[in-house]
Amino acid sequence: MTIVAQFEVHYRQILDPRGRLVGPLPAFAEDVAEIIKMYAAMTRVRVFDTKAVNLQRTGQLGTYPPSLGHEATHIGIGAAMRPEDVLAPVYREFGTQLWRGVSMTEILLYWGGDERGNDFAGPRHDFAWCVPIATQTLHAAGAAMAFKIRGEPRCALAYIGDGGTSEGCFYEALNLAGARHLPVVFVIVNNGWAISVPVASQTRTQTLAQKAVAAGIPGIQVDGNDVFAVRASVSEALETARHGGGPCVIEALTYRLSDHTTADDASRYRSESAVREAWALEPLLRLREYLLGLGAWDEVREQELLADSALAVDAAVQEYLQSAKPSTDAMFDHLFATLPPHLEPQRALARKYASKSSGR
Amino acid sequence: MVEAIALAHAWEMHHDAAVVVIGQDVGANGGVFRATAGLQARFGPDRVQDTPLAEATIAGMSVGMATHGLKPVAEIQFMGFMYPALDQIVNHMTRMRYRTRGRLSCPVVIRTPHGGGIHAPEHHSESTETLLCHIPGLRVVCPSSPARAYGLLLAAIRDPDPVMFLEPLRLYRAMRQEVADDGQALPLDRCFILREGSDVTVVTWGAMTLECLRAAAQLETMRVDAEVIDLATLSPIDSDTILASVARTGRLVIVHEAARNVGVGAEIAALVAEHGLYDLHAPIQRVAGFDTIMPLFRLEHDYIPSVERIVDAVRRTLSDSL
Repeated sequence: MTIVAQFEVHYRQILDPRGRLVGPLPAFAEDVAEIIKMYAAMTRVRVFDTKAVNLQRTGQLGTYPPSLGHEATHIGIGAAMRPEDVLAPVYREFGTQLWRGVSMTEILLYWGGDERGNDFAGPRHDFAWCVPIATQTLHAAGAAMAFKIRGEPRCALAYIGDGGTSEGCFYEALNLAGARHLPVVFVIVNNGWAISVPVASQTRTQTLAQKAVAAGIPGIQVDGNDVFAVRASVSEALETARHGGGPCVIEALTYRLSDHTTADDASRYRSESAVREAWALEPLLRLREYLLGLGAWDEVREQELLADSALAVDAAVQEYLQSAKPSTDAMFDHLFATLPPHLEPQRALARKYASKSSGR
Repeated sequence: MVEAIALAHAWEMHHDAAVVVIGQDVGANGGVFRATAGLQARFGPDRVQDTPLAEATIAGMSVGMATHGLKPVAEIQFMGFMYPALDQIVNHMTRMRYRTRGRLSCPVVIRTPHGGGIHAPEHHSESTETLLCHIPGLRVVCPSSPARAYGLLLAAIRDPDPVMFLEPLRLYRAMRQEVADDGQALPLDRCFILREGSDVTVVTWGAMTLECLRAAAQLETMRVDAEVIDLATLSPIDSDTILASVARTGRLVIVHEAARNVGVGAEIAALVAEHGLYDLHAPIQRVAGFDTIMPLFRLEHDYIPSVERIVDAVRRTLSDSL
């Protein structure tokens, strides 16, 4: 017998968990100001996340999916994308969205039960959150098809979780992207858990990156807690795709340090010791160590950053909490481009029986 | 209600080795609503299995398991995630017996939460039972109390054909009720009269039974005696019970949380128009969700029919007859 196909999956790490360089420094990381910008964004999203969980706990926000531990992946991708690229998020990638210009208030509006949060002032062409699993991967492939047909140098980037790779849509999206050589990058955020189901129970595959191989697409694995590795790998994949080089799958290895959502209790199905171990690998720690090692960071600047972040978050929270409940007309206003006449009596009925509650 | 559902699972798994439970997070986690809590510890990971995160997988593997001697009880975590499973349900599960002339069959129960009202995220609050009721060969059941959840789930598991079991998530923890864990099933394809009355028949199901019973209590203070019927099996419809009630009251109000257009309420209205028109003293009234998307939660209680809307609809059936 002869071997007719072989594959290998490369793993990339640039900063190890203790903040030591273990790989060549990418060009962007030679600019200390740029590193600090990424570190500040990672810190800000963590402060935001903590506040959002508190808002839910005090009955001021709906169910919320924390992004704790995912900051390097989310910010690395935000920094790698160009503004004109299109993001197809899942529902947890607040760091990328904030980097791209979605506001904290908009994020809170959506998770506070208000569709106005999806109408971001920021990247108008980005997709909104996608709660059904894996469906967004096909949307990204479709957007990439539009760019390809029009000859625009733009890319789409779809997020997906480790659990989402079990859905048919995921394989269909990879297949389409490979078959049509589309300018799209799929990032699998492998945080180890699909609610209570560990990735080893989801699939027998050695890596999720190798799922790309069957679609004829390169698949690579990166340390998702290493913002340098994420940004470098995603940048390279986007530039390849942008210049006609085809799609790519990147598996970012990280860990969900929080519950799945505020409605979940992860202590029912995973051990505290596993979570403790994962904290030693978390993404902010190593970047702070690296900056300290460069002499570009100190405790004073750290405290300033935390205080500034808290101020920004508090301002967004105030704006969110003061938002008036949408009128009942909002249920009808955007169903069609023009409201069909048969819905007018229903709109009137909804007004007549509008509840007095704030809806929170 | 959620404990009653777990009890019914456990009873039937204990008494029938063919029953297996599958779904996302049904194992160690015991289900995101705890409807399968404790089952994996008691019956092991073969009979209580976390599936990969894929609804088409869940429905499709149920077809394979059911045609080969097992009785899968599958959980779809939220109704909004049902749609990848529909291909398997419509094209295979519900027509397996028919197209093989009875050689193969699918004794499958698919359980899924139904409806809104608990401030859940997007796609977690829909009530799209109409889509399911239109599928030939599928029973659609929706319990409205812990005792009915227990008895109807047992009946669904014992039924030789596919049953879609819709669990109103607003009721999971809304009421406490002692449930006798005696393995007694309740009949499928039958309505339950929750409150007898002589002036008007109110037909509803699921969580809307709460609003309808509250409306009936308000109407009583206005000297209006409303009969409240829990449809319980949404497809096929128990038209005998409804027609007999309308023959006594002469008035019909249908209440559902799902959108009105082509809803199950329309089918009930058509049945009564066909078979009970001359019993009616007033036009039939429908009180339903609007024909729009179930909004995110700040507006969900403006979408779900209120007690006030139900009372007003009942009063319209009375004033029309004057």
